[in-house]
This record gives sequence, structure tokens and C-alpha cells, in this order.
Amino acid sequence: MKEMKFKDALAKLEKLVEELEGQELSLEDSLKKFEEGISLVRFCSKKLEETEKKIEILTKEGSKRDRKPFNLEIND
Amino acid sequence: MLSASKKKFLIMNYQKLHIYTVTELTREIKGLLEENFPELWVEGEVSNLRTPSSGHIYFDLKDKESLIHIAFFKPLAVYIPFKLTDGLQVLLYGNIGLYERRGEYQIIAKRIEPKGLGALQLAFEQLKKRLEAEGLFAQEHKRPIPFLIQHLAIVTSPTGAAIRDILKVIDRRNPQMEILINPVLVQGKEAAAQIAEAIEELNKMGGFDAIILTRGGGSLEDLWSFNEEIVARSIYFSEIPIISAVGHEIDWTIADFTADLRAPTPSAAAELCSIQREEILERIENLSRQLFSHIKNRVNFLKDYLKTLSERYGLQQPKELIRQFSQRIDELLFRIENAAQHQFSRIKEKLRNLSSQLNNLSPLAILERGYSVTHSCPEKMIIKDVKKVKKGDLVMTKLWKGSLLSKVIETTDKNKEMHPRINTNEH
Repeated sequence: MKEMKFKDALAKLEKLVEELEGQELSLEDSLKKFEEGISLVRFCSKKLEETEKKIEILTKEGSKRDRKPFNLEIND
Repeated sequence: MLSASKKKFLIMNYQKLHIYTVTELTREIKGLLEENFPELWVEGEVSNLRTPSSGHIYFDLKDKESLIHIAFFKPLAVYIPFKLTDGLQVLLYGNIGLYERRGEYQIIAKRIEPKGLGALQLAFEQLKKRLEAEGLFAQEHKRPIPFLIQHLAIVTSPTGAAIRDILKVIDRRNPQMEILINPVLVQGKEAAAQIAEAIEELNKMGGFDAIILTRGGGSLEDLWSFNEEIVARSIYFSEIPIISAVGHEIDWTIADFTADLRAPTPSAAAELCSIQREEILERIENLSRQLFSHIKNRVNFLKDYLKTLSERYGLQQPKELIRQFSQRIDELLFRIENAAQHQFSRIKEKLRNLSSQLNNLSPLAILERGYSVTHSCPEKMIIKDVKKVKKGDLVMTKLWKGSLLSKVIETTDKNKEMHPRINTNEH
């Protein structure tokens, strides 16, 4: 299955909340939307925590490639 | 006046000398020229340009003092990256040859490059036109830039102002990104090849959401690597979306036209590549809060509904149950609000139970299960104590469907079962 995109998930979540608030839904439908919404909240929050701050530079020696931390020298 | 002996010597020498044919001599000169002038670079101005239908190109290269004939033969002539015109300053690479039929020496050209700013501009316009016609800038080929970029590659000089600006912006907006800098030269002869190679390399490595290709401001010559065809093609073939930011806002390079998105400056590229993390987190939090508050409202609504029902029917008996039930609702709401994100499915289950309980506890449902409620007549007081009625009183009983009007025949304050005795004598 194609992985859901963050932007789509966020848009879906927004639409869902709008639907919940704008329509007269049965309790069962509300619960369904609530559950779907919460899983989207979880997806988005999780996605944002997937990466940590990391800045590296590719080092090149001939055809050999390596990565090392990049420290910016700010001279101003 | 020559002396007689001197005259004699000259004549003898002439007789000894080899007499060349024109062809022989020409061939010998040709050999000398070709031996002594291997491939070389020469610079000058194009004049007397001729482009016959054969596809070969002929012109003269001149400066203030001299002039030399140039021949650019067909297979190579096709690849000239710009349009030659008289008056253009060029750098030309080739070797000296001799056109025997006319006894003229010339340069057999292999490569030609424009020289000077006007020529660069010209080369730019012409390459742009050609690549555009080929579809390298086509809008439908451009890949969308993902909204959330967490793995970013940057092709640039590691010491330039551009990388500093970009990292500063990213650190402010969304520091939680994994960034790999692929360092390249951004000007000079080797730059274009390095840039193209870096883009290919990143594509082979994979795992990047986007690439920023960038360089700080400079002259047209400084930015020239970003106008080279090899760079344009590597951008075009990249599977990873590329955002370009080359030079200042007013500078548009071929790389910018080919890129999936062009940013006016390195900082702008960084903004296009990074979400406002705090803003997005807040948005998600608000949506989550809205979800919970909606569900809470639904439960409250049901709670009110239950209350209305119980009041409407004047049922006193389920009050204790309602109280207990309200407490349970409160407890549930408390749990919803405090729910850890991992327990959502359990909350859903709770809410399901809650809704069925609500249904069971509604006074109507109680009646449905076979219970009934009795009140006195005509006062309509609910009878909870047998002492409130005596033999012969009229009572009204509400059932699930319909009501009964009855006359009390017998009462007892014991919780023992009564066996109605039917007095047949009454008939």
C-alpha cells in the first residue's frame, strides 16, 4: 500500500473535524470519525518525530564516499 | 656588380638544387606546419563567416594585425553550442592544416567557445532556446516538492554564504531534519561536471525528499557552471525533486529553468524546503482537541437527553442509576481528555458501551424490558411505598405500550409474593 503523505493526512484530518462539527451524525458515525481522526493525529505526530537534527557532509576521496558531521564556521 | 667567379658559383648551385613541383613543395610545407603546430588554442574575432549547404563552416579569425582562415567540418560543427556571427570574440581549439588546392594554411577547428560577456549572454540565450525546445523546462515534467521534507540534500560549496543562510533558516523553522551536504565547486572549469555528478550520486544513494542546488551571488561568469548543459541534464534526469537558488533574485540560470522549483535566494529555498514545525504541531494539537471536544459534546448531549427523558416521565426510581451513570460519563470524559495516544481503541470501546448503556438506561427502555411504573389517581404521584395506597384506591400503571387503570384489591408491606385470589362470588 502506498504510504500516506503527511500533507494528505493533515488535509484529511482537517476535513474530518469540519465534518464532525458541521453535520448531524449518529453517535456511531461520530465515533468512527473520531477514531479515524485520532489515528491521523497519531500518524502526523509520529511522522514529525521520525527524524532528529543531523547535518552531515559527504567526504570524497577518489571514489570513496563517507559522511561526517558538518560544523558550520560562522565568521560573522 | 657580381664578379665572374661569383656568377659561375651561383649558376652551378642552381643546377645542383632540387626542383620541386608545386604539389611536392606544398606537401612539404604542410608537413612542417603540422609537425610544428600540434593542437592549440587561439583567440580572435569571427569575420567573413560562410555556412554553405554542405554543413561545413568557414570563417576568418582575426585581430588588429592578422587574419587566419578557419574550417569547421561538419560532424563537429553541428555541436557548436551557440550561433556563430561575425564580430563575435571566440576561443578556438584545433590544429593547423594546409589547403593544398589554394596553398592556404588554415586551422581545422574542433571546438569553439564564446569569449567575453556578450558572447556568454548569447550562448546562454541559445542554449536556453534549444533546451526549451527539447522540453527540459516543461511544466509537466516538474516534480512536486513534498510538503514535509525531513531528508534533505544540498549541493553547494561547504564554505559559501549560501549554505550558511540555508542552515540558519532551517534551524529556525524545522531543526529536526536530516541534512546531507554534497560539496562541489560552484565556479570554474570543473564546477559543472562536479555538480552534475553530485546530483547523479544523490539519486543513486536515494532516500532524499528533495535536493537544494545553490550558490550565492556573482557575475554571469561566476554563475556560468549553472548554465551548462550537463548540469541542466542532470537536473532533468533527477528522480529527486530539485529546488534551485543560484545567485541573486534577478539571476536566472539554465539550472533554474530546469529545476522543479526555483527559489529567488538560498534562504527562500530553505523556507520552501522546511515546514514551520511549531505552527504545524499547534495545528495538529488544535485538531486533536477539536476531535475530543466534539466527542465530549456528544456524550454531554446524551447525558442531557437522558435527564430530559427522566424528568418528562417523572420517573424517580432511575435517579440513582442516572447519578451513577453520570458519574461514569464524567469518568469517561476524564479518561478521554487524559488519554495517552496509545489507548484510543480502548476509548472507542468505552464509548460504544456508553452508548448502549445510555440506550438501556433510558426510562423508555426500562419499560421495554417489562418494568412498569405506577402512580396514584388522580394525583399522579409515583407510588414507591405501599403505605401510600389502600384497598380500593384507583392507580394508573404505565407500561411499555399503553397504560392500565386498576383498583387495589390487596396490599402487603412484606416483600413476599402475593397470590391473587379470585373471588368468584363477586359474580
